[in-house]
Amino acid sequence: MNQISTFERIVRGLLIALVLLFFLFPIFWILLMSFQTNEQILRIPPSLFFEPTLQNYVALLTGRLQTAAGNLDIAFMRNLGNSLLLSTSSVLLALALGVPAAYAFARYKFRLGESIAFTLLSFRFAPPLLVLLPLSLFFRQLHLTDTYIGLIWVYQLICLPLILWIVRGYFEDISPDIEHAYRISGHGWWKTFRKIAIPLARPGIAAAGLLAFIFAWNNFIFALILASASKQPVTVGALAFVTASGIQYGQIAAAIVLSVTPTLLLALYAQRYLVEGLSLGAVKG
Amino acid sequence: MAQLALGNVSKTYRPRGKEQVQAVKRVSLDVKDGEIVALLGSSGCGKTSMLRMIAGFEEVTEGTIRIGGKEIHNLPPAQRDVAMAFEGYSLYPPLKVRENIGFALLRERGASADIEKRVSHIAELLEITDILDRYPTVISAGQQQRTSLARALIRRAPVSLLDEPMSQLEPQLRAILRARLKDYLIEHKMTTVFVTHDQTEAIALADRIAVMEKGELQQFGTPAEIKQSPSNLFVASFIGEPPMNIFDAAIASEGNAVAISGLGPNGEPAFRLNAPMEAANGKRVCLGIRPHLIEIGANGSADATGRVITNHWLGDQSHICFEIGGCSVVGVTDKPIDARAGDALPVRFPLGAVHLFDAESGRALAHGLGQR
Repeated sequence: MNQISTFERIVRGLLIALVLLFFLFPIFWILLMSFQTNEQILRIPPSLFFEPTLQNYVALLTGRLQTAAGNLDIAFMRNLGNSLLLSTSSVLLALALGVPAAYAFARYKFRLGESIAFTLLSFRFAPPLLVLLPLSLFFRQLHLTDTYIGLIWVYQLICLPLILWIVRGYFEDISPDIEHAYRISGHGWWKTFRKIAIPLARPGIAAAGLLAFIFAWNNFIFALILASASKQPVTVGALAFVTASGIQYGQIAAAIVLSVTPTLLLALYAQRYLVEGLSLGAVKG
Repeated sequence: MAQLALGNVSKTYRPRGKEQVQAVKRVSLDVKDGEIVALLGSSGCGKTSMLRMIAGFEEVTEGTIRIGGKEIHNLPPAQRDVAMAFEGYSLYPPLKVRENIGFALLRERGASADIEKRVSHIAELLEITDILDRYPTVISAGQQQRTSLARALIRRAPVSLLDEPMSQLEPQLRAILRARLKDYLIEHKMTTVFVTHDQTEAIALADRIAVMEKGELQQFGTPAEIKQSPSNLFVASFIGEPPMNIFDAAIASEGNAVAISGLGPNGEPAFRLNAPMEAANGKRVCLGIRPHLIEIGANGSADATGRVITNHWLGDQSHICFEIGGCSVVGVTDKPIDARAGDALPVRFPLGAVHLFDAESGRALAHGLGQR
């Protein structure tokens, strides 16, 4: 019995449109920019009408940037690949470590349990720059500077606490008796964890994984300091577009479009999955 | 299908930074093969802790638990061969009701046609056939509870543990299912321990009842024993509806007989009974009598005269509350009594129905005092 007057419906539509405009217009504008040349972008007044060009994308894909000052090599595709590799493996590692840990923190009370959990959370409080100086010294000694393994390790500072704390909450929401019911019909601890606890917490694990992926993807400072060009992700690689002959707005826009796409697709996919999981998951018996 | 023996089982909870709580104190209980036993008690008396210790979700602080002679209290739940219906139902949300019930059997690798048959049989028994293909989140609490019960019963495990198995059901259905459940348990000779705070359920379903209070086993006996010879004041006042009338009383020895005086609130004798028994002079006791055994409006020798406070005819019985020398007494008759508030009624306490308890320890001294 939804009794909404026409007026309310119009106001609601307007407000939603306003919000959408606010959030989506920059993305839309960047999408347009990525199909324009630098001259078209910089003309005054800006115009919605132009002849689309693919030269920005071509430059990125081939890795050759033609500027007024001559040709320039850019490693954008390589950076994109690095981003994918670093974020994916960091999140996978953090899930493998964080989900069992979250389960342990949620289900068992042990000595110093809360202190350990809080210490892990406190990794998120520390300003990255403060950690980076000693870390870069250690890394040099351990020969981890400019390696994927080293970066993935450092990325755990971002991913692990996030996954641990979000997933822990989900595990705590599941009545332990559901697991008990499974265990009493003859299943061991490990099988209960795999078959009951993880599936029931799946929406939480997906959400935490997605968030961790986005945080890892957007990270700038760790890779800037601890890695050289060949291992750097797009966030750092984008600096290359600020060239001696000016800022390559067209290429930046195209690079943004390309680098946003993976996270956007993942978010869209996981969002559908999250809604499905949550509607099933009124977990409390 | 197996006997269950608890030997001096204790459970102590030690919450960090708080005082420790002894939830179960040295309880010993022998459940025979195929016997149905009720753990009866008020909330927080340790009955659920007992059940969870048998299931293996709580550690046993002290004592032993054996099933079929084998010590099991150190085994993980999976290896104990017990089935359990949980108070909070604990159904698997992603599975349909049918799968929830059949789930426990899948592991035993029975033929799927056989599982299917057992599921539909148990569903019919518990009246959940029409919701078998729905999900636990969309069915009512009563249906969830029956699903959880079905999941435990279908296994026909050597020992079945049921935690408040029918608390959410409506009264009519509860009465029907109680009878069916009992038939099913007897048919499959299932050793069963169930927890309840509903004494009607305990009396109707159980072969023997274990009454618990404050973590201690008060009495373990058949429903008739518990009702007719309660071992102490707690059991006497806990079992029975309306509860037993209890008075402070003093004993005066008179040769081979004694005079028992029920005492009013200020210590004045309110009524007096003569009994052919021996007892120490001046001993302080508690006197108990069940409401429906008090003879009200008795012809001939009355023990006392009661002044009526209330008189309710409930359609099949009368509840009369009256006052004798400052003691308020509840009586039940199966006929309507023509008396209004303030009227005087002759009342008789048949000696055979009188229970005596030690005033200090609460232990029972005598059940029935012999005939006059």
